[in-house]
Amino acid sequence: MTESMTSRPNRFAVLFVGILFFACLSTGALASGGAGLQAAGVRMDDQASLQRGARLFFNYCSGCHSLRFMRYQRIAEDLGLDPKEVEQSFIFTGSKIGEPVVSHLSFEDGTKWFGKAPPDLSLEARSKGPDWIYSYLKSFYVDPSRPLGWNNTVFPNASMPNALWELQGIQAPVTAPAEHGHEAAIERLELRSQGSQTPEQFDQTARDITAFLQYVGEPAALKRESIGVWVLLYLALFTFLAYLLKHEYWKDVH
Amino acid sequence: MGTATTRIQPKNRVLAWIEERLPVLSFMASHTTGYYAPKNFNLWYYFGSLALLVLVNQIVTGIFLTMHYKPSAAEVAPGISAAFASVEYIMRDVEWGWLVRYMHSTGASLFFVVVYLHMFRGLMYGSYKKPRELLWIIGMLIFLALMAEAFMGYVLPWGNMSFWGAKVIISLFGTIPWIGESLVIWIMGDYLPADATLNRFFALHVIALPLVLLLLVVLHLGALHEVGSNNPDGVEIKAKKNADGIPLDGIAFHPYYTVKDIFGTGFFLLIAAFIIFYAPTFGGWFLEHDNFVPANNLATPEHIKPVWYFTPFYAILRMVPSFFGSAIWGVIAMFGSIALLFLMPWIDKGQVKSIRYRGFGYKVALGLFAVSFILLGAVGAGVTAEMIPAWFGAEADATFIENVFGRFWTLVYFGFFVFLWVYTRGFEKTKPVPDRVTTHD
Repeated sequence: MTESMTSRPNRFAVLFVGILFFACLSTGALASGGAGLQAAGVRMDDQASLQRGARLFFNYCSGCHSLRFMRYQRIAEDLGLDPKEVEQSFIFTGSKIGEPVVSHLSFEDGTKWFGKAPPDLSLEARSKGPDWIYSYLKSFYVDPSRPLGWNNTVFPNASMPNALWELQGIQAPVTAPAEHGHEAAIERLELRSQGSQTPEQFDQTARDITAFLQYVGEPAALKRESIGVWVLLYLALFTFLAYLLKHEYWKDVH
Repeated sequence: MGTATTRIQPKNRVLAWIEERLPVLSFMASHTTGYYAPKNFNLWYYFGSLALLVLVNQIVTGIFLTMHYKPSAAEVAPGISAAFASVEYIMRDVEWGWLVRYMHSTGASLFFVVVYLHMFRGLMYGSYKKPRELLWIIGMLIFLALMAEAFMGYVLPWGNMSFWGAKVIISLFGTIPWIGESLVIWIMGDYLPADATLNRFFALHVIALPLVLLLLVVLHLGALHEVGSNNPDGVEIKAKKNADGIPLDGIAFHPYYTVKDIFGTGFFLLIAAFIIFYAPTFGGWFLEHDNFVPANNLATPEHIKPVWYFTPFYAILRMVPSFFGSAIWGVIAMFGSIALLFLMPWIDKGQVKSIRYRGFGYKVALGLFAVSFILLGAVGAGVTAEMIPAWFGAEADATFIENVFGRFWTLVYFGFFVFLWVYTRGFEKTKPVPDRVTTHD
């Protein structure tokens, strides 16, 4: 009888560890992303990166892209930004600080100008993942065959031009020799003219914007992990006490 | 009777007055302190009470979600429906809304985890056998209602996978000869999943099916307390009673199993909380990436697939080919794979309940059945399709390999029932079953 009593928590431990392992494995599989994507390496606890990302977003992206599910005020509160700075340098549309981030570019104009209206980016990080965004931002190249002169290896024939070209510089494709029966494939991208940032600096820029969009995808993520620790500690204590109680009651079962 | 009819006579005059007119306390006592359960329950016996816990969680969190959710496919911004926007409103603007929604979405997946383990327990220990056939059938009805409930709940956020999932599943009814096409339009209330579909699915998800589920759960517990719980030895504890009519191997449900289930609850909540706070999408398995894109009837997701808990049945649907110009055979096989479980008490004629004393053939068959269920789940979720190029090279015919693999395990799934039918009609060599239960905590 004592044997089965001591073996029960052990079996629980195995089950628990197994589930944790599975959870880590599956989230890890997501983080490593699909084929050909570079790891973004964003950190939600790096507030400076999130702040830089927010500033970059409003300078380079918000002209066309909305964040309809995100309010200016919430960004200021969550990222530790001065509400005055947010009002002066983030809001170009006459919106109030409590209102959501909606671009000036209308859906109709966007469709007319780009062929496809620039999408709302509130949930971009949740649907595509941070690695996709990071790699996409770094993978623009000149392509005279496209209407706006830009193409992208991560998202071929994207309607979007390279909004960050002044920072990154201009990349051109290096193609591998065409194999029989196949079109010449792009092997890698090569920087043809320098931007205002070095490649390392631009990596960080792309990472900061990605981190900001990751935050925008789920603002609650900033809180959830810090609250979670206390919930787990409480439940661990509760479970331990419940085990002692069970042990005590079951002493009279013979 | 599985429960001892306890008569409570409260000293308090108000309680006594009520008790004489409606014996609430006596009813509660006979189903807790007066209900004797076998003392040898093991790990597998936690999942019934955990399923009840998750049901309560779904109802309570569901009530709060209903306060903020809007069942409308009307656009509030280009391409964004009111339903989709209201879910994001819950995630961002409603106080603790993100927690309530994650509890609900994680609860949905964990509901199936505990229910599948609960059902497997029933298969292992022969809990569907006489006198528990009706208990098993009510349980299977709960499983069916739960599948409908989960499917309709998945449609409500009106993401792109909601839309396409609804379209694919509803179109299954279109394979029924003659009436199929009109039936599909009748179910959707439109020619596509649309506002009318969303509205009726909301009604069914938040009121109709929960009522059915609750009623079935009450019947399930009522039937359980009438016939009494089975146990890992498959011994009928009511066969050996003491002078007071209490089973020798029985212990009062309260306090022994209530206190034990509280421990199990704590452990289960630890796992649930870990997921809710650290992996709420569970790597895209509990909340799928494509469902963070608003419903769009012009943009099909790259892979349309149901949430993980439906994938074994979805794989069976996909693996059965069309014959005679009709795709109905896959639909029949899919529903048949569930219908056969209803018939377990009559398919399995084995004389022994518990796997501990059953023949070697049964152990192998049940093991293969479990493996087929998991591997079919992998096929349905598209995991095998992803693995094939890595294992067989990019040049391999992925569809062919997946079909061979999926069809083989589909045959194993159905083979389980065929094997049992034959094996338990004269071929099974069982071990002697003890008179009393053999272990306890």
